[in-house]
Amino acid sequence: MTRFVDIASLEDIPRQGARMIRTAAGCIAVFRTADDRVFALDDRCPHKGGPLSEGIVHGHHVTCPLHNWVFDLNTGTAQGADEGAVRTWPVRVQNGRILITADLLNRNKAA
Amino acid sequence: MKKKLVVIGAGMASGRLLEHLFDAAPDAWDVTLFNAEPRGNYNRLMLSPVLSGEKTYDQIVTHDADWYAAHGVDCRFGEPVVRIDRDARTVHSNHSSAEYDALVIATGSAPFIIPVPGKDLPGVVAYRDLEDTQAMMATAGKDAVVIGGGLLGLEAAAGMAAQGARVTVIHLMGHLMERQLDPAAGYLLQKDLESRGITVHCKGATKAILGEDRAEAVLLEDGTVYPADLVCMAVGIRPETRIAVDARLEVERGIVVDDALRTSDPHIFALGECVEHRGQLFGLVAPLYDQAKVLARTLQDQSAEFRPVQTATKLKVTGCDLFSAGDFAEGEGREDIVFRDPGRGIYKRLVLQDDRIIGAVMYGDTADGNWFYGLMKDGTDIADMRDTLIFGPAFQGGAAPDPMAAVAALPPEAEICGCNGVCKGTIVQAVQNGATALDAVRSCTKASGSCGTCTGLVEQVMALTLGGAVVSAPAGMCKCTDHTHEDVRRLIRSMGLRSIPAVMQELGWKTVGGCHSCRPALNFYLLAEWPLEYQDDRQSRFVNERNHANIQKDGTYSVVPRMWGGVTTPAELRAIADAAEKYDVPMVKVTGGQRIDLLGVRKEDLPHMWADLNAAGMVSGAAYSRGLRTVKTCVGKEFCRVGTQDSTGLGIRLEKLMWGSWTPHKLKLGVSGCPRNCAEATCKDIGVVCVDSGYNISIGGAAGMEVKETEHLASTPSEDEAIAIILAVTQLYREHARYLDRIWKWMNKVGLDWIRAQVVDDLENRQRLVERFELSQSVYRRDPWAHLSTPSETPKWAPLADLTLEAAE
Ligand code: SRM
Ligand SMILES: Cc1cc2nc3c(=O)[nH]c(=O)nc-3n(C[C@H](O)[C@H](O)[C@H](O)COP(=O)(O)OP(=O)(O)OC[C@H]3O[C@@H](n4cnc5c(N)ncnc54)[C@H](O)[C@@H]3O)c2cc1C
Ligand code: SF4
Ligand code: FES
Repeated sequence: MTRFVDIASLEDIPRQGARMIRTAAGCIAVFRTADDRVFALDDRCPHKGGPLSEGIVHGHHVTCPLHNWVFDLNTGTAQGADEGAVRTWPVRVQNGRILITADLLNRNKAA
Repeated sequence: MKKKLVVIGAGMASGRLLEHLFDAAPDAWDVTLFNAEPRGNYNRLMLSPVLSGEKTYDQIVTHDADWYAAHGVDCRFGEPVVRIDRDARTVHSNHSSAEYDALVIATGSAPFIIPVPGKDLPGVVAYRDLEDTQAMMATAGKDAVVIGGGLLGLEAAAGMAAQGARVTVIHLMGHLMERQLDPAAGYLLQKDLESRGITVHCKGATKAILGEDRAEAVLLEDGTVYPADLVCMAVGIRPETRIAVDARLEVERGIVVDDALRTSDPHIFALGECVEHRGQLFGLVAPLYDQAKVLARTLQDQSAEFRPVQTATKLKVTGCDLFSAGDFAEGEGREDIVFRDPGRGIYKRLVLQDDRIIGAVMYGDTADGNWFYGLMKDGTDIADMRDTLIFGPAFQGGAAPDPMAAVAALPPEAEICGCNGVCKGTIVQAVQNGATALDAVRSCTKASGSCGTCTGLVEQVMALTLGGAVVSAPAGMCKCTDHTHEDVRRLIRSMGLRSIPAVMQELGWKTVGGCHSCRPALNFYLLAEWPLEYQDDRQSRFVNERNHANIQKDGTYSVVPRMWGGVTTPAELRAIADAAEKYDVPMVKVTGGQRIDLLGVRKEDLPHMWADLNAAGMVSGAAYSRGLRTVKTCVGKEFCRVGTQDSTGLGIRLEKLMWGSWTPHKLKLGVSGCPRNCAEATCKDIGVVCVDSGYNISIGGAAGMEVKETEHLASTPSEDEAIAIILAVTQLYREHARYLDRIWKWMNKVGLDWIRAQVVDDLENRQRLVERFELSQSVYRRDPWAHLSTPSETPKWAPLADLTLEAAE
């Protein structure tokens, strides 16, 4: 079963926005959509490394700020003609707090 | 001998349980029923019609005294149970006690009360029972505030409004019912409620309830105060588990039950909103009725298992049709189908996964709700009807929606052609008088005769008047809409649309939240149209404009402070040098725009660096903006032996007037002191070349991907008039150009002659344009850096969390 750690309040991320967190597995972008869903994806675009946390969030998608690749936040896959995917991480909201998988704490040991 | 059954709570769930039990085994149990409320079972769902005056309490009673008597129920109403003695199998209220062979806990939920000062004042109620309802019914002619814009809060608000109260709804989120609706549908709902006289305040956080002896007003974090003779808190519920906790039953968020609805004690059962079943809580009656069925069997020693199903809910506000089903749960590969009919105020959204409906919400027309709900519950594969699914069962195989709905709904006085001020009615009349071709309409009304960008709209109005002859519309802004940029701008103006969700709803956007291409454009159009009312939406801006710095390929940023007209001082240079050292800036570079770029700054350092630069009197150079960039100058007559006017001074004056303004694309100016043109003014968007007799103003230059020489717009002997013309042409560009067109592109579309007529020849019009520019600047002529480097904003530039610092357990 996935264990979760508390990272922040939902209100710390603007709607249709994202914030970055540093983890042992690298930088991760935590997104909040207009309907208050939260997603966590690696903060590195597979194209040329753009920070996805700085992209425009629309629906359940984000557009990379550097060259406009679009990714599905649910699956991390690039949309349309572009090919590639970013890794997604388990994250959830409980009582207004954002919880992310505890794997991100001890990955350096596991890996 | 009959066995003894004690039930705690006479609500919806236990009421249904007793019905099943008495039907199946009328003589098996002696029932004792405790209820905290001083009455028996009534239909709680119908409190809203009671509140609004459509029903009376008597009409919603489900079990009256006769019913209880007929089934021999020992009623102890108004007696909350305070303790369960599991060893003695006895429950106690403060007045009496009762022994049991089997005990059922059905205590429902407790409303969540937000912990603000004043929450305990008289006049503050929840919305749960008849007492709350009666308190709210007494608000006629008074002020009422509802905190919470979800299903329950809105029912409360509409009910009180129907009773004649002045109602305000305060909602923490960006739009109403955000769990069910996207912002555009939330906007529709808000509009609906506002038309009933209800005030809606979204993004409102309650700070305190004010009042001496009773509630008098509600204070929000942003300082707003709403008068309130009554405050209704409808922000959520949580399972009522207190007696179960005290009795040391297993309780998580709710009282934990198994599939047979047994708690951790084999003699004690629970059902309703107070339980947690396999990690799930319940807030609607449908699954509770299933629980009642299952528990009735369990109590007869028959086997039965509770399996929750999807539930659907409606908003019970007369005239507000809303249907929502499914939990819109997260999942991989989910897709949305959205349908909007702006003319009739209809919104429908289906959430699909693996060709099955997993969520459905509709507003305005809920007739098909149950059909979708059926498909959802049955897990029907909808692949074959996907394309027409959203139109409902009647339309399977039917036609696509009408893209002209928005135009059809426009009133006759709506302006269609901005250049010539022609409204819809005039065009309709021309067509009715026989002008059936575009050229004919053009020649008799002038509509679309100038810049031509409204041609699509004019053709649509013609087609509607002629009875729907098909017109080939120009390509839409992006995949989210069939409307062109020009149409959208005009409709924002003529329909008075004041927010992105309003535009998306009224103009029939096909996606849930737009895309990276339309959102920045809409944000610009709205702020240009409504400078005072519209609140800039940072989340609809490209990274550079959102972060007020230019992002670099490695994710760091560059920072360019303004250097008015390219003139600096030793003190400013020193501050720049200090900042470069303090923040380890890898490169300091002079830009092509006569100022200094600090490249490679880390995001979390930005606000600190800005604060330092602000302290030295510098503001953002907006080197990232679709807005005023630089005003490049040469030294001019102050120093230069051939200079004719004070080009440096004029450049600085222009930059100080125009900084901070947003424009369709970047805007660069140049002012040269003589025709030698050392400031390269003739390849800028707006250039001034000074001569002995005054100032030659030219526009439409560029030196980027296309190199363009400016074209002469006007000459004037007066510096003040030169400035007025430049401000006026800038405002004209802001009001008319399509997003991401630089002046030269816009000029190619509307023609230099038309521009000249507006800003040079027509003095009154020029004056009005300058006034509108100034009005907008009264809001936007301010430094974003100063605003974003405050103590409350600065932390937002750092990572949200750093898990590398936290040890794993
Ligand atoms: C810093 C600077 C280069 C330099 O080191 O000198 C620069 C840097 C960039 N320019 Fe530029 N331009 C700079 C002067 C120019 C000039 C020269 C000028 O302004 O006199 C031009 C040609 C003149 C013109 O605009 O017509 C110029 C034409 C462009 C264009 C092409 C625009 C066009 O309409 O064709 C782009 C692309 C765009 O805007 O879409 C661009 C875009 C960019 C961007 C923002 C690239 C991007 O989209 O992210 C670069 C940001 C780099 C960074 O991280 O800071 N830059 N750029 C100059 C900043 C001037 C300033 O102080 O604000
Ligand atoms: C205004 C309103 C509108 C609603 N509209 C809808 C709708 O449209 N559709 C829908 O599906 N659902 C709706 N609901 C939700 C629905 O009413 C609940 O899901 C349902 O009533 C829960 O049933 P229950 O038996 O678990 O609890 P309740 O019906 O709340 O009954 C619990 C009873 O237990 C009593 N009690 C609590 N503690 C004790 C104690 N210690 N001792 C004795 N008695 C106690 C309470 O006083 C209460 O009478 C609405 C709710 C409200 C308030
Ligand atoms: S010319 Fe190209 S590479 Fe150089 S700064 Fe401008 S956009 Fe960047
Ligand atoms: S780095 Fe993301 S699109 Fe190029």
